[in-house]
Amino acid sequence: MASTDVAGNVPAFLNQNPKDRIIVLGVPLPLLERVGLYVLLAAVVVLPMVYDGYDIYEFGKILMYMLAVLGLNLLTGFNGQFSLGHSAFFAVGAYSTAIMMDQLGVPYWATIIPAAAVCFVAGFLFGLPALRLDGLFLALATFALAIATPQLLKYDGIAHLTGGVQGIVLDTPYPPAWIDGIVMSITGEELSIDRWKYMFTALVAVIMFAGAWNLVHSRTGRALIAIRDNPLSAKTMGINTSVFKSAAFGVSAMYTGVAGSLFAIMDEYLAPESFTFAEAIKFLVGGVVGGIASLFGAIFGGWFVLEIPNIADLAASSLENYINNPQGLTGLIYGLFLIFTVYVMPMGAAGLAQILVHKISTRR
Amino acid sequence: MKLLTTTMVSAAALAVAMGAAEARNAPGVTAKEIKIGNTNPYSGPAAAYSSIGKSVGACFDKFNSEGGVNGRQINFISVDDGYSPPRTVEQTRKLVEREKVAFVFQALGTPTNSAVHTYMNKKQVPQLFVATGATKWGDPKNFPWTMGWQPNYQSEGVVYARYVLATQPTAKIGILYQNDDYGKDYVHGLENGLGDKAGSMIVSRESFEVTDPTIDSQIVNIKNSGADTFYNVTTPKFAAQAIAKNFELSWAPLHLLNSVSNSIGSVVSKAGFEKGQGMISAAYLMDPTDPEWKSHDEYKAWNAWMDEYYPDGDKADSFTAYGWSVCHTLVKALEQAGDDLSRENIMAQAANLKNYRAPMLLPGITVNTSATDFYPIEQWQLMRLKGEGWERFGDIIDGSVGSGS
Repeated sequence: MASTDVAGNVPAFLNQNPKDRIIVLGVPLPLLERVGLYVLLAAVVVLPMVYDGYDIYEFGKILMYMLAVLGLNLLTGFNGQFSLGHSAFFAVGAYSTAIMMDQLGVPYWATIIPAAAVCFVAGFLFGLPALRLDGLFLALATFALAIATPQLLKYDGIAHLTGGVQGIVLDTPYPPAWIDGIVMSITGEELSIDRWKYMFTALVAVIMFAGAWNLVHSRTGRALIAIRDNPLSAKTMGINTSVFKSAAFGVSAMYTGVAGSLFAIMDEYLAPESFTFAEAIKFLVGGVVGGIASLFGAIFGGWFVLEIPNIADLAASSLENYINNPQGLTGLIYGLFLIFTVYVMPMGAAGLAQILVHKISTRR
Repeated sequence: MKLLTTTMVSAAALAVAMGAAEARNAPGVTAKEIKIGNTNPYSGPAAAYSSIGKSVGACFDKFNSEGGVNGRQINFISVDDGYSPPRTVEQTRKLVEREKVAFVFQALGTPTNSAVHTYMNKKQVPQLFVATGATKWGDPKNFPWTMGWQPNYQSEGVVYARYVLATQPTAKIGILYQNDDYGKDYVHGLENGLGDKAGSMIVSRESFEVTDPTIDSQIVNIKNSGADTFYNVTTPKFAAQAIAKNFELSWAPLHLLNSVSNSIGSVVSKAGFEKGQGMISAAYLMDPTDPEWKSHDEYKAWNAWMDEYYPDGDKADSFTAYGWSVCHTLVKALEQAGDDLSRENIMAQAANLKNYRAPMLLPGITVNTSATDFYPIEQWQLMRLKGEGWERFGDIIDGSVGSGS
């Protein structure tokens, strides 16, 4: 602060984002990141024009899982709080949407914002007592939450809402007539449900991603990171750590919860078995493999969460000639990737990319 | 000119007819192959069921090595869903849309099959002989592309009700049931079977959550209600507890034990044979560990197949007998379909099984379906615990609950 009291006397290097000085193949890094974002955005827009059916459904699921992983990244990567219980918030989002659609007849697109609000409040409230818990203890508390969730959903007292063990079958989310009309006039064919589901998911995911991007690059984001790096000095700087930590829990739960809402809309069915502890582990592994303190990492994490069982299936079919019945290797493959990541690229895929960028930029 | 027109018209007609003939067969069906999809929990909490998927695969291996079904090899693609409904949706869509299977067979689990129930019926892809005992799979009016196989839980409840009405029409029944769809299906079946008398005969109902540590207090309540008949709708751990608790309280009601927990190895012997003497239960499949069947031809065929095609399988695991039996049922339906392997005809033939004897069913039990009856097996035989084994008695009993109940 001392150097800015005389206007115009700021040394140039202090006024500059340190990233600006990293030049990759003649392009400054922030520009490269921005270009990368636009390329991804373009891909998101182009995909439904090319793919349909199962393929586009898979891409939609990747975006959905990306949001879930992003929620965890915001909490763990940017704020330093651990959670093994994000399957619970995923469930809260999914059931909020499902109950609103099933019981109150709310159209699917109108359930996203209320579900997000419910999840934010749930996360914030859970975050309050969790403030007293650090590291391992917080992980244990959230672990209990994840274990309890499927049981609670089956509880008889609320079975008339949640459908109990039977789950809830939801209506198909048909596109609004005007969108159907636009697509019809351009392409001459009706918009398929799978394409529409993807477009809807993509729209929500892009807005949420942009929100997260702005959040971590804002004052609030810097405060969250400061709390992660050193809570004590963050406090001395005047950051209200308890409010920020609870809020981080709330925002994180909101992201994962919106992913849950999208999941309910996409699969048109949900049951307590969809929200087991295994789901929370999936998000965590996705986050770590993608790079827990990175937004781009969440995209990779979402892809990873969806694809890893497919990789396991592939491994199973290629091992078929050597081992009898090698199906069910999913857990093993998860483990292998996790060990590999922790040892070889502890910052995840995003960290690996950063290292590569650094290597290229210093090679000149 | 006229000739030309006629020729062209008939050529066009021929082309249309040929196209139609080709289009009749389901995707995944060629002159040499029928592609069949399946989801099973090879990983996760329900992985114990995976021996069903493995034994069905081994059973198809045997048919293939003997020339296949109507000259077509069966390509059985069985994939892992970890008992997770969203994963079932992904895997099933992949099987149907990317692998282009003709249909899905023996997918396992109630929540998992529920997750793709609407999808399969919208896509009009047969969801054949699902591996779950829930009653909802036999609803041809609303879900004409879905069919179960094993007798459903309600039908077993009906069988017990008939037995009680026949032997002890003044019985006072106390029910202990697990508080979920499985438990409620059983209770519903008993009530159906008792009809008007359900209200007066059922004197006590106690439920428990699967997470409860014990069911001791429920048993005490049922005993104190004055019940003389005990309907025990519990999973193995609780069933063993209930048998032991009854003995401890010196309460000796007529004990009706649901088939879910009538395993000698994992329930009755654990509780203690002396504590469960005289219990009544029901069965529809031969128990491979029962010495009675050792000389039965169907047992011998099953045993030879286990040795040759599924050597790592556990012969004491009744799921292997189950897989063997259900696989034969499908082959029977496909044989009936002949060379018309359209999805419509496969479904129609599955719904047209008349007195088909699938191997390893109890003697006298057959598979019967029709366009309005999507419950292939609805028969049971009662049995009583005597010494260290079950002794079957009485006739084969029909427990049909009718569609849509």
